[in-house]
Amino acid sequence: MGFREYRIGSIMFGVALSASMVITIYMPGLDISSVSSTETALEKQLTYGNNSGFDYGDMFLHGDDKPIKVILKKNPKTGAEMDEMAAYVFEPGTSFPSGLKHDNILGEDVQALSVDVGKMKDANVKDGGVFVVSTSVNAKGVETPYIEFATTTRGWTIAATLAAADQTILAGSGKTMFVREGCWWCHTLLPEQTQDWQSFGRPPVLGDFNGESPTTFGSDRKAPDLLHVGSRNSSREWQMMHFFNPRLVQPYSIMPRYDYLWGPKDAAGNDIDLNKWDEEFEAYRVGDRVYPPDVPEYAADSEIRYLIDFVLNLK
Amino acid sequence: MLKYLFAKEKDIPGGTAAMFFGFSCIMWFIIGTGIGSFNAAKLAFPDWFTHLYALQFGHMRQVHVHAVIFGWIVGAFAASALYIVPALGNTKLWSEKLGVWNALLWNLGLMLGLSTLWFGMTSGREYSDFIWPIDLYIAFFMVIPLFVNIFMSILHRRTQGIYTTNWFFAGSFFMLIIVFLIGNLPEFFHLTGLNEAYMTWWFAHNVLGLLITPVAAAITYYIVPKVTGNPLYSHRVGHLHFWSIVVFYSTPAAHHLMSSPLPEWLKSFASVEGVLILVPAVAYVCNILLTMQGRWSMFVENVEIKYTITGVLLAIPLNMQGGFQQTRAINWYVHGTGWIVAHAHLALLGFSTFAEAAAVYYGMQTILRRKLYSLSLANFHFWMLLIGFSLYWVSMTIAGLIQGAAKIYEVPYLDVVIAEHPYMIVRWIGGTMVFLGNFVWLYNMYMTAKVGEKLEDGVLPHEVAYVR
Repeated sequence: MGFREYRIGSIMFGVALSASMVITIYMPGLDISSVSSTETALEKQLTYGNNSGFDYGDMFLHGDDKPIKVILKKNPKTGAEMDEMAAYVFEPGTSFPSGLKHDNILGEDVQALSVDVGKMKDANVKDGGVFVVSTSVNAKGVETPYIEFATTTRGWTIAATLAAADQTILAGSGKTMFVREGCWWCHTLLPEQTQDWQSFGRPPVLGDFNGESPTTFGSDRKAPDLLHVGSRNSSREWQMMHFFNPRLVQPYSIMPRYDYLWGPKDAAGNDIDLNKWDEEFEAYRVGDRVYPPDVPEYAADSEIRYLIDFVLNLK
Repeated sequence: MLKYLFAKEKDIPGGTAAMFFGFSCIMWFIIGTGIGSFNAAKLAFPDWFTHLYALQFGHMRQVHVHAVIFGWIVGAFAASALYIVPALGNTKLWSEKLGVWNALLWNLGLMLGLSTLWFGMTSGREYSDFIWPIDLYIAFFMVIPLFVNIFMSILHRRTQGIYTTNWFFAGSFFMLIIVFLIGNLPEFFHLTGLNEAYMTWWFAHNVLGLLITPVAAAITYYIVPKVTGNPLYSHRVGHLHFWSIVVFYSTPAAHHLMSSPLPEWLKSFASVEGVLILVPAVAYVCNILLTMQGRWSMFVENVEIKYTITGVLLAIPLNMQGGFQQTRAINWYVHGTGWIVAHAHLALLGFSTFAEAAAVYYGMQTILRRKLYSLSLANFHFWMLLIGFSLYWVSMTIAGLIQGAAKIYEVPYLDVVIAEHPYMIVRWIGGTMVFLGNFVWLYNMYMTAKVGEKLEDGVLPHEVAYVR
């Protein structure tokens, strides 16, 4: 019978659906895409790399293909003391974040500064290199952040920068853990308006997300917001105990245990026996032991190290 | 059913594909609610069952969501559409063979997709968690074949007009393809930042608003007139429902991100459009309830009507919540709390599940030409579902109000967790009741297929429901 008596209806249907998509996809898309990156957005891109979810570079979400954030207290080239600053090391072959690959991500001014002053375009994935986030102040006093390719502008090589690092923060791999382990099903990364500002810190602004993927705002808050958690609680030891078994430090917490992220060996190379730990913890819980069992030191390349680095890096 | 995969089209009995989908969706309902019940237990007792790390909450949560959405809900839609569309067109399904293959590929794709999610391979985007190769599989091997089958059956109908239900089936599954492919663009083309965040919720909103709500409604548009014998109260109101779904329901995606730094005009626009979804909602509920005129006794006596009308009645609080909870003032209070979790379950486990269960009960009896094995078991299943759901909904709503109040008054978070604990236990009990009730349903359906009393020619199942 065809749709002959429904021709007008079919056309109206197409018009209505198209109009709806113009208003809800095209127009917001134009608006959002015209936003300039903030410093936070540049730092996030350089910390988290290309993509924290499923990607060619990291199909099984092991935290591969991610840059290394380092904290420098001396100049990697000259060895001279300098103010503490962060640099982002992309080892050869590490995928670049969107802002380094595409011209329309950073926003007009940031893009222009990053290319002209920051020499961003000199970088390529094959050779990698070291990036920093810098700020330019114009004659009117307006500050504009930009990406600087320090390997060209300052002569910082990958090896020298890693050797000079005061701290190495694997927050890029950690964000992959955050996505894979589903932390964002309970913890949001989006403080809400008004009251939240006081307990969880300022909410993000429009330009804070350029180039980040996925943004993992989270929609359900079964647990506190984490956007500025590194400023609230910067104790690595507390984080370690809390991840191993949250009930060690928060008796009423409903957070799952992440003891399996320690992997099979601890920092000293000894086997981690989770069953034995559980028995001892149970003995402590019922009162047969005075102290809970010790939480094993995690190995430097364990997944929990990535995750703790990520959480503490959320300033 | 598998023997028909390579049979000739004319050798495949009508309804085979719908049966395949029907049994699959009940299986997925059991799996999905089982995982849900397990997850709920973990939220009440986090140290329970900690040694199988594959069953970690952060991995299982999205497996539950996708098992119930794609396995149960959309699977039940497919089962319903594949027998209702031909029945309303006075014709046969365009291709039973395509339908059988579709059902097989549906189950395989879902197994593959859920396994990858379980394994931790995720895109990190809520509701579009599947990695993009799986998204493409879903679009091209699950959704498009289903749409083609439905659409071609409608084109080859032998009736003059197209009944309300079939507008919705054709329109919604078409919109599903569009929503699925456009909503996953951020993964296909690596879109980033707020565009990615917004598109995630554009997808999540529209997959609910343009697929689940209208198709569940379409099913009730079929079941209620068919079983009661009353004609639909008003086709005009049906038109209003359909068109206001397309116009109003496709636009408020941004109301899921009211607290994010999206452009303000977009949030205001979404909020107003969000209230306007009351137009289709009120039109729909009135239309169905008025169709029941003079037949309200069937609400008690007939199991399909009992399910359907319960679903329609649950659509009233659903839409009242949905219309207003996304306005700025209320959203500020309830956003990110258990209230929203309760609302999502009201939509999926309340309204749409009851409507679909009716369609699957009715469809299987019609296709098998057998009477339901046991009415008592069907009633038992109904009450397990309704009481389980109600416990879940009420407890999560209360938990959400506690969380909301604690958010506003800056109560330390751990005190909220302590206050919520009893409600987490009730939610777990409710979810478990739904899970256990579904086993009864599967048994009842299996026995119907095996030993259910045969229907005589020219008789429909509801006509002999009480004849022993």
